[in-house]
Amino acid sequence: MTPLASLLLRDIRLATRAGGSAALALAFFAAVATLVPLGVGADLALLARVAAGVLWVAAVLAALLSLDRLFQADFDDGSLDLIALAPPSLEAIAATKIAAHWLTTGLPLTLLSPLLGLMFGLPPQAIAMLTLSLLIGTPAVSALGAIGAGLTLAIRRGGLILPLLVLPLLAPAVIFGAGAVGAVLDRTSSGALLLLAAFSVAATLLSPFAAAAAVRLNLAG
Amino acid sequence: MPSLFVLANPKRFLDLSATLLPYLGGATVLCLGAGIVLGFLAPPDYQQGDTVKIMFLHVPAAWTAMMAYGLMALASLVSLVWRHPLADVAAKTAAPLGAVFTLLGLVTGSLWGKPMWGAWWVWDARLTSFLLLLFLYLGYIALWNAIEDETRAARAAGILALVGAVNLPIIEFSVDWWTTLHQGESIFRAGGPTISGVFLWPLLLSGAGFTLLFFSLWMIRIRTEILERRARVLLLEGAA
Repeated sequence: MTPLASLLLRDIRLATRAGGSAALALAFFAAVATLVPLGVGADLALLARVAAGVLWVAAVLAALLSLDRLFQADFDDGSLDLIALAPPSLEAIAATKIAAHWLTTGLPLTLLSPLLGLMFGLPPQAIAMLTLSLLIGTPAVSALGAIGAGLTLAIRRGGLILPLLVLPLLAPAVIFGAGAVGAVLDRTSSGALLLLAAFSVAATLLSPFAAAAAVRLNLAG
Repeated sequence: MPSLFVLANPKRFLDLSATLLPYLGGATVLCLGAGIVLGFLAPPDYQQGDTVKIMFLHVPAAWTAMMAYGLMALASLVSLVWRHPLADVAAKTAAPLGAVFTLLGLVTGSLWGKPMWGAWWVWDARLTSFLLLLFLYLGYIALWNAIEDETRAARAAGILALVGAVNLPIIEFSVDWWTTLHQGESIFRAGGPTISGVFLWPLLLSGAGFTLLFFSLWMIRIRTEILERRARVLLLEGAA
């Protein structure tokens, strides 16, 4: 097995086994989505209107919740130093860790979203669009989040600063993701999904470099 | 003696800025004063009445806030590429100024929005992207404050500033796209096709004044930061 493949498997195992954060992120996502009808009322027409925005925001928050474990746990016990010494470049390692994070948070959130969309009274085409937009958009959340995770690595309680750094950067994902669903509800066509895909591809390709630079400066010295 | 190396270039900056600051300050007072006085003397707008005069504070504040982010990102790039200590200081000290100008733009925008739109806050494209800009500034400042080691903080904040600079146009575009999607709000901007001279001159003067004000304050802040670091080095040497 190549070093990157074993790193990917290791990270997935860590996230899914006892003490991992994958299941917690899912539970958080569902709990936030449950609070919204309690806050705004049970009117299904209204809930369908706000569903895409609420579920997108909840998904972003749930993914952020588990981000501090992306590098932090390995940094704390010293294994990040060893991983960084391995033959693959730190950029490739960052990309692998982002992929592992997405597979254990973004993807499960996407898979759970049709159920929540149904509970929010979304019509079938809108549910399909919501799921598709989350599938396309959540890699950007993991990727941009990894930059924040790298930057806050050496900070005690960095988890508090992380959302402030990352949330403004994720505004385009929420706008295009919820916008794509909104366009389906309005029966209009929009380029939202393509814009979301462009944003996601650019973020996923460029972020590993910034995240690796951030990790490197925290490992040096 | 690493401390001498760190102070080598800042010394020249201290001398140069000490000479420049009085002129810069004088020009600031002149431009800003002339802009504000002419702004007050300007006739009321045929649609907006006297509230149009908020423009002479609002628009320059917004210009300066964006310029500040550009300069901060540029200084961060210089700091990351050449590891120039003065660039670190320049980027660090630009951020709170930029945040204040952003806040000023938001507050004056809100005060202008109340009579014009009938609401203190409207989710207008520019106001919203400015709110996001404020969060970018706050995140940058928070990151600087959270990391104790100064060189490490400078590099982390520098990476964040560059990531933000790449993202800012995208955020701006997405917010523009978002407001055209959610149309139907009472978004009408008067101002007309062209802006008449009685408004243009005070605006330009005030814009120059705000820019000069930013550079004066920036210079003072850089000087303060250098002197503070120097004092800290002296304290450390005294303690050793």
